[in-house]
Parts: sequence; C-alpha cells; structure tokens
Amino acid sequence: MAGPLSDVTVLDLTQHLAGPYGTKLFADFGADVIKIERPGGDPARKLGPFKDGKRDSEGSGTFFYFNTNKRSVALNLRAAEGRAAFWRLAERADVVVEGFRPGVMEDLGIGWAEIHRRKQNLPLISVSNFGQESPYRDYKGSDLVLYAFGGEMHSTGMIDREPVKMYGTAALVQSGSALSTAIMGALFAGRYQGVGQHVDFSIADSHLVGVDRRHATVMGVQFSGRKSLRPPAAGVRLLGGLYPCADGWVDLDGGGTRFKRGAREFLGHPEWLADAKWDDPMIGLNPAAIEEFNGYFYAWLMERTKREVWEAARRAKIICGPLFTVNEVFDDPNFRTRGFWQGAETPEMGAFDFPGRPFLMSETPWEYRRPAPRYGEHTAEVLREAGYGAFEIEQLTAVGAVEAA
Amino acid sequence: MAKLPLDGIRIVDLGGVWAGTFATVLLADLGAEVLKVENQYVWQPNTRAVPVAHLTKQMTQAGPGWVTGLPHNDPGERPWNYHPMFISLYRNKHSFTVDIRRPEGMKILGQVVAMSDAVLENSAVGTMEKLGVTYDWLRQMKDDIIFLRAPGYGLSGEYMTARTMGAHLEGVMGHQLLRGYRDGDPSMNSGIFAADYIAASQIAFAIMAAIWHRNNTGKGQFIEMAQAENAASMFVQAYMNYTLNGVTEEPIGNRSIYAEDGEAPCGVYPCKSPGTNAQGEDRWIAITVTGDAEWAALREAMGDPEWTRADFLQTIAGRAANQDLLDARIGDWTVAFEDYELFQRLQAAGVAAAPVLEASRVLADPHVHARNLYEALRIKDDIGVFSYPRPLYEFPESPGGIRKPPVGFGEDNDYVYRQLLEVSDAEYERLVAEGHIATAFDASVP
Repeated sequence: MAGPLSDVTVLDLTQHLAGPYGTKLFADFGADVIKIERPGGDPARKLGPFKDGKRDSEGSGTFFYFNTNKRSVALNLRAAEGRAAFWRLAERADVVVEGFRPGVMEDLGIGWAEIHRRKQNLPLISVSNFGQESPYRDYKGSDLVLYAFGGEMHSTGMIDREPVKMYGTAALVQSGSALSTAIMGALFAGRYQGVGQHVDFSIADSHLVGVDRRHATVMGVQFSGRKSLRPPAAGVRLLGGLYPCADGWVDLDGGGTRFKRGAREFLGHPEWLADAKWDDPMIGLNPAAIEEFNGYFYAWLMERTKREVWEAARRAKIICGPLFTVNEVFDDPNFRTRGFWQGAETPEMGAFDFPGRPFLMSETPWEYRRPAPRYGEHTAEVLREAGYGAFEIEQLTAVGAVEAA
Repeated sequence: MAKLPLDGIRIVDLGGVWAGTFATVLLADLGAEVLKVENQYVWQPNTRAVPVAHLTKQMTQAGPGWVTGLPHNDPGERPWNYHPMFISLYRNKHSFTVDIRRPEGMKILGQVVAMSDAVLENSAVGTMEKLGVTYDWLRQMKDDIIFLRAPGYGLSGEYMTARTMGAHLEGVMGHQLLRGYRDGDPSMNSGIFAADYIAASQIAFAIMAAIWHRNNTGKGQFIEMAQAENAASMFVQAYMNYTLNGVTEEPIGNRSIYAEDGEAPCGVYPCKSPGTNAQGEDRWIAITVTGDAEWAALREAMGDPEWTRADFLQTIAGRAANQDLLDARIGDWTVAFEDYELFQRLQAAGVAAAPVLEASRVLADPHVHARNLYEALRIKDDIGVFSYPRPLYEFPESPGGIRKPPVGFGEDNDYVYRQLLEVSDAEYERLVAEGHIATAFDASVP
C-alpha cells in the first residue's frame, strides 16, 4: 500500500531541523521528497548522536531521523547549471519548501516572483526564524532563542531560578509539525484551485500564537492584569502534582470532581476517606485536608513502584503518568507490541530502532521505505527522471554544479 | 482573491482540551468549516474553561492569569465563552449544540456527518463507544467519511484506557526526566503542554492527508493517533542516543544537546530587571553560540575581555568542556544591560539571542506588531476589546486572519439547524424545548 501523498513531489530546500521535520512527514506518508543539499550537505549531518561517538556525516542520529524516506540531490544553486537543474526539478514538483535566510532565494535568482512567473500553480513555503517581513528578519535563532522569545518559557521553571526550556529541540520539532499543515494547505490551493501561493512561515510566530500556554498567558494578562509566573517551590494539590514513589516519580491529577469518584478505589483504603467531608467538591481548597490526605498518601506511594501506582490509577480512572526514562520506554512491552519502534540498519550506524509511525492510517499506512539519504545519493537518479542524459549529468558534475554519491 | 485552501471542506469537531481544539483551529484557519459539537448537559473538561463551567467571582480573583484570569476579574454570564486558556482556540469556527446522549441527538449528528468530510475526537477510550460514535456508524452516515481518534495511548495495549492529559503522557515518554535544571529534580519542572502542540498539528496534517487521498480514490479511512507515541519526535535525539549508544540522557537545563557539535555557550542569562521575579519583572536573555565564528562575534560584542582569550575557549571541544565557566562569566556581563538592548547588540554582531519574553510584553514587541500576530476585536459577549491571536501563517492571496471572532457556545445553532439541516421554525422551537439547542450550559453542570 502506498501512502496518502504518493502522488506528491516536494522540492525541499530546507536544512537543520524545523524544515526537515515538516517535510519528513510528507516523505513518511508517501510523497517523493527531493532534498536539495548545498555543497557540503545539510549542516544537520554534523549533529549527534553518532554511533559510539564517531563523527561521520553519514552517521548522524539527528540527520537520520529528520530525513527518512527522502532522496538527496547535491546541487550548487550558486552555479548557473545548478539553478537550471532546480528549474527542471521545479517543473515536476507540486510544492517547494525553502529554509534559507530571508532574501537568499532572490539572490540566487529563484525567488518567489520568478517561481510564480514560471509556474503559476506552484506554491512556495518559506521557513525562517522570524519571517520574511519583520524587523528581526535577518536575526539568528536556535531552539532556545526562538522558544525564549516566542514560546512560554518565562513562566517555566521555578520562581527563584532562571526560566528553563524543554528538551533538546522540542520547540523546533513543534514548529516543523505546524509547518506540515502550511505545506498541506498550499498543496490543496495549488492542486484544486490552480493557485500557487507564497506562505511566509516564521518559527517564532508558530510559538507566539502556538498552543503551549503562550496564547493563554497573553490573554490572561490582558483580561485580568495578572501575569503568569514561574511557580514557587514545588508543592502538591489534593491528589494532584508530582509525587515520589518507591522507584521514581508519578504525575497525578485525581483532584476536583475526580477525587470523589476515584480516590477510594485508587488507594484501596476506603476507611481513610470515610468522613463525608471528602465528598465535598471544594475539599481540594482545604490545606488541612490536603495535609491529612498526604499523611496517608506518601506512605502508600513509598510501598509502590511507579508502574504499580499507574496500574491502580488506570483501574480507578485517575489521571496519572509515571515518569519513565528513555530506556524504560525502550523496554516497555506496550510500545513495542504496538509497533512504535521501527528497525533500521545503515553501514555507519549499524542496526538500531527509532520511533516509527506518528499515527496509524487504515488505508494508507506510514512506511519506512529507506533510511535518510547519503549526500547526493539520488543526484543522478533524480536528474535522469527530469530528462537529463548521462553525458549532461557528467558535465554538470565536472563543472561542480552537482555532486553524485 | 483566491479561496482559502480548505474552502468547501467541513469538519465535525468532537475534540476537546488543547490537542483537539488547536487541531481544528489550524483547519479552520486554512478555510475548513469546523462545526464544534457541544452539549449543554455535558461538561468537556479543560475545553472551554477550568475547572467548572459556572465559575464564581471568588475563583477569578487570584492565581496565574492564564488559568483564572477572566476579563475584568469577573466570570460574567458565560465564562466558558471567554476563558483565557481556551478563547484563542475558537476563532474561525462554528459552534452548535445537540445532546448526543439521546437517540434524537445522534440522529441530528448523523445528518451533520452526512454532509461533512471528516470527524475527529480525542477523548479517553470508551467515551465514543458509549455514545455509539464508531467508524462503522459514521460510515453508515457517509461512506467516505474520515474518522480520526487521538486517545493518549491508542486503541490497543495495556495503557489503552489510561486517563491522561498531554502533560502526563509526556512524562511517560521521558520528557520530565529529560528537561529541567541540571541540579534539580522533576518536582522543579513546572507543567508544560508540549504534547498538545505536536498532536494538534499532526491531527490537522493527518486529516488533510486523508482528504487528499480520498479526493484521489474516493475512499475515506480511519486514523488512530496515540498521542504518547506522537510526542516522541520531540525527544528523538535522546531516543537515538539510547538505541545507538545505550546512553540515557539527563536534564541539562538550557544548554544545547549539540554542545559537542558546536553549540556552546548556550543559556539564559540575567539582564537588568525593573522589578522582582515575584512581580514577573525579571528579565533574561537567551544566547546560543554556534561554532568558532559566532564565538568570535560574541567576544567582540562583549569587548573582547581578557578571560575570553584563553586558548582552551577557542575550540568547540574546549567551550563544550567549560560551560560552567562560560555561563558564569557571560551572566556577569549580561546583567548590566537591558534585555532588548542586548538583543539588538548581539544580533547585530551575528549572535543568536533574544529576550525571554514575559507574556505581558508580547503585544508591545515590534515583531509581533509588524506581523499583526494579535488583532484587537470584540466577541459576541460584552467583555470589551482585547487582542486575540491570529493564525500562525497566512495565505496572502486568500482572505485570512480572524474571519470570525472566537465562537461562543451554541453561537451557530441557527446556521446549523436552519440553514444546513433546513429545520422549520416549529421544529427549531421543539429542539430548544427538548434541550438540544442552547446557548448556555444547564444549571446541572457545575
């Protein structure tokens, strides 16, 4: 079975992480994503983790994940022959996605006006830190910098400490995920309306109006005049918050209306909560009651592992999540049985597993067709499909317009 | 003017919380007609207000603005229509009410489904089953319907029925033990909702991909998203580090996971602050230096102080190995500057930097202003004029922005019942009397 997007060709001029994550979703669901790599390759090839720490531009764990199922064409867009090849590929593409600094596409002679002049129904999505039109358009960014500015980092962490970010490149991955919707929208307009549009996607904007609290903190302070601050030293609510247990931590939310419904069953000690006061929906606002409850609860937690707490919570329909380490996720039979992990093997990285399908489609499932491409692995193949003869490809290679692996 | 990309597509929105609700605002921004299905007798937790529908004035007087900050600190008549956690997720949508717990309500829902393209939901497993909203039933209403379900852990496996919000499933997938202060423990991680973002955007992507396929083949399909599994891409370097090298990563605060690859120093440093942390007046600058050239640029921006000239700081490996020193010294320097002043100065020098922007300053930022990211408008309820988020991106040839202000509960009952379903006036009145049509939650809902 082919993916839902198997009739789509994406010309992908993005690099690093946000852009490639957006186009990865297309490749993973069947589209032919032709990754145009600049001479030397996508800088993400130099990002770890590497197998046994051995640096190898064909062995980056980051590059692998963000580029599965794509094809790589090494093209020098600064050479006239390279640009000519770009136009030949654009002729066959349904959408172009680019992630250069704003203005570079125009400098290269492949800017929006020229694309639109040559092919009216070909959309262009430009991904950049702050957008094509902004007082900050030439500014640099990083996961940290863009999340600090755009996302709700200021209120994350503890009040007496500095604000603290999410893991790794989570913010860029979120932006890449949102980017996929912009590309999809552009495809619809191109295919069904015959109108190619230029979408200016700013990573900062995707957080400034994104869903993880930023919209809410901006509205909250306008509405009420009250800011959203980093909380003081961690505390727990009534059966709510992070708790230590025998072998780690659990995150629970069983207060409010859920408390009356589930707490007795969850703990297995109805006698602790025999008093009628525990049925009062406002009991969670009573600090003395929370203290009394914690007297039972902390001892109960220390007798149980995080998995045992979660099992009891599932039975009692209490919201809960044990805090797993990555190796615990890896060893977990539930995720393995469900097919979360996908096996792969490459010469540089050996055999390993990586997170596979992001969701399941009954008619057009996710498919791992090929590992991330080697630099220029598909240059000759893609150029041949675009009508170049073997001799022409040799000439392009000789003048340095393309590189073929 | 061109149409919006999803013009003519109709989505039945049974979703909730942030993941489902943000997914449909993305689709609505792209031009889909999103019909939010609501019920005056059923409270969808964390979807229009927290913790209850009928907030008291007392509940709005204290607490963080984003959780309890109602307009003018007053819940008013219909707090569910303008709660700060949710109002921004209702632009460009339609809302109608129907009690789908009753057969007549399911019949009405079926009629709406019959004229729609896709249905989505993200409740705990069991909720839709109890109502009878299954893929089979939906297909009886419309053969090529697309149905997406996004429960926390999917539709099989031992965690299938686990109750969860996005924050908890992130913890299960490793995020709580991967993020936070280097010297802290997870109890110092305040709550974030990263999983809602990734799930929402890929719910929207998946539905569009399925519509694309349906347009090609005439076939609908069933989509299952386990939100926990979907969240994994945000932590993928840690997963790869484990599967390639057996390394279990630990929190590194604001430092880069790519320090060894060139990204150091990387951190958040204090700036001149007009007030205290407790006032939210603490100012910080985020800085990431990548590679030797940017290190040289930072040195120059700092005036090339003596300590930066040490040989061991001139290589990527040296900077990666000496981040404690770098962070301390850079912080000593930044604290004398205003955050925006440093922002401009460092960016002009070619160093990635930006203020850690506290929410009350967002609307005054020149970038936010230049890009019209927030728009001043009135909603139907009389709460005054406020600036609401606009779409994440625009299609410049199409009518974009906020085409319809954040929708109130049941605001489009007329449109759905009279225009789409062509219900007579008498029938409409009967459905009001029967409790299907309403514009406020029933008093039985807390």
